[in-house]
Amino acid sequence: MQHPRYWINSNENGLYCEALDAYIDPVNPVHRAIITHGHADHARPGHGEVYATPETMAIMRIRYGDNHAEKQIELNYSNNISLRNGSLMFKPAGHILGSAQAVIDHSDHRLVLSGDYKRSHDPTCAAFEVTQCDVFVSEATFGLPVFKHPPINQEVNKLLTSLALFPERCHLVGVYALGKCQRVILALRELGYHKPIYMHGALLKLCELYSSYGVTLGDMIPVTEVESLKSLAGEIVLAPPSALHDRWSRKLPNVMTAMASGWMQIRARSKQRKAELPLIISDHCDWPELLQTLKQVNPQEVWVTHGREAALVHQAQLMGYQAKALSLIGRSDGDDDGE
Amino acid sequence: MEAFAKLVDKLYFTSSNLAKSAILRDYLRTTSTPDKGWAIAAIAGTLNFDLFKRKLIKDLVSTRVDPVLFDLSYDYVGEMSETVAHLWPTPSSKEDKKTSKQLPSLDELVNSFKHSNKQQVEDTLVELLDRMTADQRWALIKLGTRGLRIGLSARFLKKVLAEYANELPQNSITTEDIERIWHGVEPPYLDLFDWLEGKVDKPDVSKKITFQPVMLAHPIGPDELAQINSQCWQAEWKYDGIRAQLVCNENGKALFSRTGDDISGSFPDLLESIDEDNISGVFDGELLAMQATQINSFNQLQQRLNKNKPSKKLMQEIPVGMMLYDALFIDGIDLRGQVLRQRVLTLTDWFKKQSIQQPLIKLLRLSEPLLFNNLRELHALRDKANTSNNGFIEGLMLKNSNSLYVAGRPKGQWYKWKRDAKLVDAVVMYAQRGHGKRSSFYSDYTFGCWQDDKLLPIGKAYSGFTDDELKQIDKWIRNNTIGRFGPVKEVKKELVFEVAFDSVHHSKRHKSGVALRFPRIHRIRWDKPASEADRLTTLILMIEE
Repeated sequence: MQHPRYWINSNENGLYCEALDAYIDPVNPVHRAIITHGHADHARPGHGEVYATPETMAIMRIRYGDNHAEKQIELNYSNNISLRNGSLMFKPAGHILGSAQAVIDHSDHRLVLSGDYKRSHDPTCAAFEVTQCDVFVSEATFGLPVFKHPPINQEVNKLLTSLALFPERCHLVGVYALGKCQRVILALRELGYHKPIYMHGALLKLCELYSSYGVTLGDMIPVTEVESLKSLAGEIVLAPPSALHDRWSRKLPNVMTAMASGWMQIRARSKQRKAELPLIISDHCDWPELLQTLKQVNPQEVWVTHGREAALVHQAQLMGYQAKALSLIGRSDGDDDGE
Repeated sequence: MEAFAKLVDKLYFTSSNLAKSAILRDYLRTTSTPDKGWAIAAIAGTLNFDLFKRKLIKDLVSTRVDPVLFDLSYDYVGEMSETVAHLWPTPSSKEDKKTSKQLPSLDELVNSFKHSNKQQVEDTLVELLDRMTADQRWALIKLGTRGLRIGLSARFLKKVLAEYANELPQNSITTEDIERIWHGVEPPYLDLFDWLEGKVDKPDVSKKITFQPVMLAHPIGPDELAQINSQCWQAEWKYDGIRAQLVCNENGKALFSRTGDDISGSFPDLLESIDEDNISGVFDGELLAMQATQINSFNQLQQRLNKNKPSKKLMQEIPVGMMLYDALFIDGIDLRGQVLRQRVLTLTDWFKKQSIQQPLIKLLRLSEPLLFNNLRELHALRDKANTSNNGFIEGLMLKNSNSLYVAGRPKGQWYKWKRDAKLVDAVVMYAQRGHGKRSSFYSDYTFGCWQDDKLLPIGKAYSGFTDDELKQIDKWIRNNTIGRFGPVKEVKKELVFEVAFDSVHHSKRHKSGVALRFPRIHRIRWDKPASEADRLTTLILMIEE
């Protein structure tokens, strides 16, 4: 009978699971890596073996090339695989396409590593599945009670209202290329916006990938193929956040800068991003969702990582769980605007 | 209230001044009078009472939110009002009502707070916060505690008011027109709007004891310095006190700070010495610690600042006086349209005449222009300022003799030529997150100098670096944290700042025994080992007496 605290630890490469002899989302190249999802701070190239969902593996191939790892082992949701002294299974995490919780069983104990996850509506990926376990390792990107993200429709409507109010302005929306971009497009479509959506080149490949997995994104036109940029007045242009205030955006006509991110809830953050139209759209749990998840998973113990650990640890203890912060090297205290 | 919350929200996120003006004018056009007056007052920061105290907000939220979670949230958000706005729990029974029931108008809201006792204020506040959205709560708390800062200067606001007025074809009102009556009108500005909207004549404020906006100087650069000549320019010592405006006529007298705060209460000794039945005018000058003919250091004056109703003992120990250098009005005549040369003559004549009737104005003195014939002599004067260690001269003022008295900081008229800053190399010891625009960045630094093998803190600074440098330092702080005390991070004693400051004084308040005046980060010495930073003894040698 071995409690996970004896077979999970962290070192300079990241979180290490002794039972599987594997790292989870390691920051350096390692011999065996379990990758929860394709965002760059979780999925890196150069590992020996990679275990990931087929979607995540496809994303890694797009970002790092076909040979991003020597051995690429794809594991569908809910399928089991034995590794060293334990077994691994993926369950959907609801964060982005292919995102997974890592469910690890060893000597009658189960540990679930949430990876990044959310509970709110997102038709671009499979919804989070609650999985009972002894130890639940939760992310805490938005782990403060100030974070209450409004429904995505409300935020995307803000964009549509602004478009109606300022038809002469080109609405440039900053979105992360993987996940946020496709989710915003789909939300626009669900609200009846069927005009073409114009795209920065950096977003195209991943949109194609999403389409190949059956996510219908509608008409998308690369900005480079637009003859007269003046015609983009009154249109929606999507670009990665780094391009918002870059030379690239200066050629667009009369730009209204919007930014879609969970951080936009904090005024000063929006200001720092120079977003005139902050759209609070997050692919992580907000505070109520984190609490809801703890209640539903109802583990014996909660470990918190990745973000504002202190508050969630405190809250979990108030809720009667044993809880501790798991500080990982190579992760900042989470203030950067990462994906 | 809904419209007001929307307005401040829009203004907050809008960066272009053109768009800000359009948003504001649109609000003014579509909002009725008492409401828009209160809104302008809130934005301009001219409300003269708190609707409720910050402390009340803190107390209320502390009974509703876990204190640990509150502190962590506050540390992260970096701003009290926004933290409360997000954390305030919506009672579930009111969830539906929230959207249906309208909030009170701004005028109703202000009046209900103003005419309530303590308990009623609390009840009203709770009822409102319960019903509001997070954005509305933010606006209310900012309004109520007079903390609304949304990147609009008072000057800009007056410009927008003029633009608003001039939307009427018969109007031709300048920013300066509004500037000149601004301090004579009060929220909710009914008379002001009646005038702007063409319904009545301009409000008459000539006999009121009100502040008149002051004229400010630019720092001088090498190009401007080359243009200075003795025919067209007047030089004076730049005294190191606080800028003050003395307003006095048969209706009363008052002393104002450069921003228009009434500081009469802190300097009753100075005001008592002035006979308002015989003196009438608005005078511009520097308030200094003074004793008979001797001027004392700013460090002394500092003990008199922000002390309403100072004790007799303090007033005896540190008497004050005022060094006059300009006049906006004398005996009812507006001098602002005259050139400096003329104003100074008028002021000097008046001062001489008054001095015959001693001791009516014994605490007032006249700043005499300094003589110079050429740039070389001007440089010599600055050298004198540089090496003087009397503690009350901080450089030279250079004023265009033909300058009219214009509110604000007009170009090419007045310059300040400060003494060279003093420099010290100090080691960063602690850092704290900034507020407002810098929320989440570690931008406030405490640094120290060596005494034996220990560092003793000598001061704090949060300015002097660029945004890019801030990002670099912020990153360094995060990667080199060795301890936490609440919101304060202790860092490895490895990074050296070259700190610039105006002067250094003895201080009992600090463990190091010294206090810096106006410290700012001059350079980041990524290259310098901490052990080579300055010793405390170096700093002590720089103290002026």
